[in-house]
Amino acid sequence: MRHAARLRALAARVRWFWREATGEAAYDRYVAHARRNEPGAAVLSRREFERRRTDAREADPREGFRCC
Amino acid sequence: MTKRAAAPPDEAGRPARSRMSPAAMAGWAAVAVAGGLGWSMLALARGEEISAAWMVAAALGTYAIAYRFYSRFIATRVLRVDKNRATPAERLDNGVDFHPTDRRVLFGHHFAAVAGAGPLVGPVLAAQMGYLPGTIWIIVGVIFAGAVQDMVTLFFSTRRNGRSLGQMARDEIGPFGGAAALIAVFAIMIILLAVLALVIVNALAHSPWGVFSIGMTIPIAFFMGFYLRILRPGRVTEVSVIGVLLLLLAIVAGGWVAESSWADTFTLSPGALVIWMVVYGFVASVLPVWMLLAPRDYLSTFMKIGTIVLLAIGVLVATPTLKMPAVTDFAARGDGPVFAGSLFPFVFVTIACGALSGFHSLVASGTTPKMIQKETQVRMVGYGAMLTESFVAVMAMIAACIIDPGLFFAVNSPSGMIGSTVESASAAVANFGFTISPQELAAAAEAVEEDSLLSRTGGAPTFALGMSEIFSAVVGGSAMKAFWYHFAIMFEALFILTTLDAGTRVGRFMLQDTLGNLYKPFRQVSWTPGVWFTSAVVVGAWGYFLWVGVHDPLGGINQLFPLFGIANQLLAAVALAVCTTLLVKSGRLRWAWVTGVPLAWDVAVTLTATWQKVFSGDPRVGFFTQRQVYQDGINAGELIAPAKDMGEMRTIVTNSTVDGVLAALFAVLIIVVILDAGRVCYRAIRHPEQIRLHEAPFEQSRIIAPAGLLATAEEKAELAAAEAAARDSGSGDERPEPVGRRA
Repeated sequence: MRHAARLRALAARVRWFWREATGEAAYDRYVAHARRNEPGAAVLSRREFERRRTDAREADPREGFRCC
Repeated sequence: MTKRAAAPPDEAGRPARSRMSPAAMAGWAAVAVAGGLGWSMLALARGEEISAAWMVAAALGTYAIAYRFYSRFIATRVLRVDKNRATPAERLDNGVDFHPTDRRVLFGHHFAAVAGAGPLVGPVLAAQMGYLPGTIWIIVGVIFAGAVQDMVTLFFSTRRNGRSLGQMARDEIGPFGGAAALIAVFAIMIILLAVLALVIVNALAHSPWGVFSIGMTIPIAFFMGFYLRILRPGRVTEVSVIGVLLLLLAIVAGGWVAESSWADTFTLSPGALVIWMVVYGFVASVLPVWMLLAPRDYLSTFMKIGTIVLLAIGVLVATPTLKMPAVTDFAARGDGPVFAGSLFPFVFVTIACGALSGFHSLVASGTTPKMIQKETQVRMVGYGAMLTESFVAVMAMIAACIIDPGLFFAVNSPSGMIGSTVESASAAVANFGFTISPQELAAAAEAVEEDSLLSRTGGAPTFALGMSEIFSAVVGGSAMKAFWYHFAIMFEALFILTTLDAGTRVGRFMLQDTLGNLYKPFRQVSWTPGVWFTSAVVVGAWGYFLWVGVHDPLGGINQLFPLFGIANQLLAAVALAVCTTLLVKSGRLRWAWVTGVPLAWDVAVTLTATWQKVFSGDPRVGFFTQRQVYQDGINAGELIAPAKDMGEMRTIVTNSTVDGVLAALFAVLIIVVILDAGRVCYRAIRHPEQIRLHEAPFEQSRIIAPAGLLATAEEKAELAAAEAAARDSGSGDERPEPVGRRA
């Protein structure tokens, strides 16, 4: 049992790390942030949020630029 | 190993120096011995082939010592990073671009942003002087210059809410230095894009397998883009898994295409590839980000990290032997076929990325400082990520040095020097002092299913040969060689094409900003005529150098790569000058040598290189002497090899003039920045009361997070206390990551 629990905790850590690294967690973070400051705030849908996030790079391509 | 009791701060408020436990001392002594053994094997081997494992030992041992001692010294004594000071990510947290990011995640992001094709290309070219000079510079350069620059820039930008390098230059040095920095960034971007595109053109010319596989990345990226935009927004993992699988299929399918009747359709000459590249660069940069750039970025990042990890495993498992001599005769004579010029300064400009890369300062002063959780983490993220990139460069050096030296020179010499048949190449290589038979040259091309490997300059094909050698020793044997070769080509081409797109956008943005001073609408990034016009200007600029590089009878890489290196080191000079000025202005004059010494070295290297490129009387090195020789030839009506007709003679004259003017421009920019920075430092020392720093004011940090990869005992206790306090106050902040917050 203890092994299973430990394994589950490890899997959760790996999943968390992966979602953070790939940016999949960005929407959850945004929602959490919006709710924390103003519990009744209107939050964007995931579709709308991801759209704005990608389009922000259009406005300033220096964000997220990679090196040679 | 770093377990130690918390030491109370001394009277001056500095943390007291902690004593090492005997076990830790023994451990570090063992690391030092392993590294030292690696270095002695590398340096003392004469005549016999040694294992690449020694190079890995020398590198990792030295990195470990440098990270543990030197970077710690810089963090605690020089920068005096403050764990109680809130970073911009904490103060300005908006959940989107400013947000405190876990240090390990940020390390990944930062590494993925700084490491690209650069560390894979430079070391390969520098291998013409043997493995030793390049390896010493990669390792020594990174610990005293490259990683220091990245870490210090990251620190100062973090203290300034993530201001960019250009803005810091303007704020802290002045409008003059700031303008020079801006011009430098733009010029470098153009040369960088041209050289990277040239690398790809040389790898893909007359290679139907390569062209098909790379071509397929465009529809794959489109598919991923639509998936992320319309079908399932934000599901990066699933779409990337699909993308990578399709990519592998594209590599395999390239082999089928090369054998089929379609092969001719995908066999492109270098000239045709230039046109395709320019068209691609323009179209990609005016399309919306979500269609091509964003999905390509995911693909290339996954491929990059994955391949680098595989390569590290491959090197450790296969432990190939280094066939290249430690130091070749070209090092002293300076007449090497890959690039002309002697060891000093040209090894130090050829290897930029991996040892000292100015470009990193743009990443270290942009995205990363807005995400860093604690000031104390600049050491792990800034210094640590650069050490990792340096290790990538060491692996590239290994890949170049394990293939037969004869093959290395046949692949990397311009066709003007070795001709276009295996017989002429074999004879020319024998002249260089290495032996390879025509049959062996043909067999090497056969093994990777290419028509020819001769004069595939630019580093990528050489790196791919080395990588296929290493990988096929581990997986698949010689039957898989062709697959691994094209896998490596694909992996480099993928992120170079992404850089062409992203770099064109950055250049365009800078141009729009500048032209906006003359005509306002240019500044609106959504004004289509402006976008099209500025994109065309940027693409036209790098396209010109690419065209020139492909058609230059003297060899484009031979001519342009030194310029690229000089440009990159020029940007490093700007970054180090900003760092040194800030150290002086912030009352750290005593420690200004930490960035001042690398700056002095970098300026010496760059100015010597530009001086030689402009004034050298050797036509192989000096652009203007070269111009004169060929102009005299034209006047006298004589052809001078490698030019084959008067048209080529005139091409050389034009190219040499343009390159020479650029080299001179770079030198002037460096001098302007240094003089301006010197003036500011002098004033700061003479009139300390007049110093104006543009630092964001202190705010108490409430985040508790470890500084390094592993939490120390002290940090664990702090975290546990914070967690207990949070439980008591009933805040249900569920976080699987070990981060605490002060209530």
